[in-house]
Amino acid sequence: MTALTTPLGRLRWTLTDGLTLVGRELGRLRREPGQIVAALVFPVIMVVLFGYVFGSAIQVPDGGDYREYLMPGLFAMVTFSAWLGVMTRMAADASRGVMDRFRSMPMARLAVPFGQTGADLLTGLLMLAIMVGAGLLVGWQPHRGLIPTAQAFLLMIVLRYALSWVGVYVGLAVKNDRVADALVPLGLPFTMLSNAFVPTGGMPGWLRFLADWNPVSALTAASRELFGNPGAPSGDVAWPLAHPVTAVLLWSAALLVIFVPLSLRAYMRRGR
Amino acid sequence: MPDPIVVAEGLHKSFGDTHALRGLDLSVPRGTVCGVLGPNGAGKTTAVRILATLSDPDAGHARIAGYDVVREAGEVRARIGLAGQYAAVDEKLTGRGNLRMFGRLSHLSRRQAHRRADELLERFGLMDAADRQVAGYSGGMRRRLDLITCLILRPDVLFLDEPTTGLDPRSRGEIWDSIRELVADGTTVLLTTQYLDEADQLADDIAVVDHGQVIATGTPDELKATIGDRLDVTLEDPAALPAAATVLNTLAGTEPTTTDADRLSVALPATGLRLADIVRELDHAGVAAADVSLRRPTLDEVFLRLTNRKEPAR
Repeated sequence: MTALTTPLGRLRWTLTDGLTLVGRELGRLRREPGQIVAALVFPVIMVVLFGYVFGSAIQVPDGGDYREYLMPGLFAMVTFSAWLGVMTRMAADASRGVMDRFRSMPMARLAVPFGQTGADLLTGLLMLAIMVGAGLLVGWQPHRGLIPTAQAFLLMIVLRYALSWVGVYVGLAVKNDRVADALVPLGLPFTMLSNAFVPTGGMPGWLRFLADWNPVSALTAASRELFGNPGAPSGDVAWPLAHPVTAVLLWSAALLVIFVPLSLRAYMRRGR
Repeated sequence: MPDPIVVAEGLHKSFGDTHALRGLDLSVPRGTVCGVLGPNGAGKTTAVRILATLSDPDAGHARIAGYDVVREAGEVRARIGLAGQYAAVDEKLTGRGNLRMFGRLSHLSRRQAHRRADELLERFGLMDAADRQVAGYSGGMRRRLDLITCLILRPDVLFLDEPTTGLDPRSRGEIWDSIRELVADGTTVLLTTQYLDEADQLADDIAVVDHGQVIATGTPDELKATIGDRLDVTLEDPAALPAAATVLNTLAGTEPTTTDADRLSVALPATGLRLADIVRELDHAGVAAADVSLRRPTLDEVFLRLTNRKEPAR
């Protein structure tokens, strides 16, 4: 058994313990597969509600099909659920003493945040797969071939991973599962304030500014571009929408640079 | 006396303006149960968190089995178990699933973790519920699972922070039995509690904590002896109360407390008074007593006396 005292031993145990915690999340999912369904009910309702109800009245800028326009927005919406899910799980562990148990055990300390974000990545992939199925069912499809399609999904995964670290930090900061649960509904207006459902062109200036710079918009615009779906902005557009792929990568890097150290510091701190 | 396995010296800890600990000293000999007693907010939990490496002291130091809780936290963690005030287990997993997961996180091999989980479930009577989700467990079963989760690595020292708070009497009894069994194996237990009967039942030594300091230590009997035996007198006629009070005052040398309209209680000096003498004196004074009894004080009375709180009217 390698000890935790050498750098190599620590790395090995961080991976091993992290995998054990990923296994924990998968075990939870197996016991309650309803969690995935619950997380997807909302985006699927949106497919129907927006795809057929509001969609019949919304004009896509270059005259494309609205459901083709909508699906990249819904993929972005599912991606942005990452931070909420991870926040809720971290806060639940913190408020029920499970986090204290981890901290008082001779396990690799970093395994907890890495395990949690790793597990979220797996559930995220599963949710994305289900959403792709729903999209194909309502007539959405990628048009530009395998590589750009793969790039689009890769972008979603990279941003999702970065967002899950926001969840780690917020979850550790609130420490209370009730507060965390109360924060969850805030996710919706955040995703709606973007180009995911409607073009931002018609919004009042200040709102349009917020929507254009919302990372949800960058991800949506990037996947529209890579999937070849309609809705590419034309004319004078904000920088993140003119360079959506770069913008998503920059957002991801910025979130990781800020929230990984913050989270690790919050997790390692021994105070109360 | 064997070497103490838990040593705390002059622990200080403040949260803003609140001084949770003000120079707490503690020493627990190997293989014993130390009960840390104190009212809410006395600093019990803060002390346990420092000893279990979850929190750093502002001043002072502590060692577990010779390892410093701040500088050698890793060594300490390999030797302790902590059960806090909540059942810190994953409610969505089964009992067995929890034990296996924590076994793996304790760096047992997969096979060892599985075997240890089964051993513990069997020994502590949770085998029947092993494959049920913890969410469906009763409060007592959850606490028992929480307790045995601490035992995966056979810790030298077990910290139990109010292990039975909120449990029904039967579940409390079951947890007590489990703790006694651990002690029989040689585990050292540091237990905080607000229940004095719990300390009385389980602890070899008691440390009474108030305002962040240990204000008394000793075995339950030693602590009880410090305030002497109690004499309770119930009168046939409440009107005789003043006369009875005078008699008791003369005998005991202290003012008795009126615990009911027709009942008096007084602490007796250590110079043993015999029950027969007391009855005779009351008789001389013309006081008819329905009941006169001499008893050891309860830990409650010791505790209230030590922490300078008023005895509650009964």
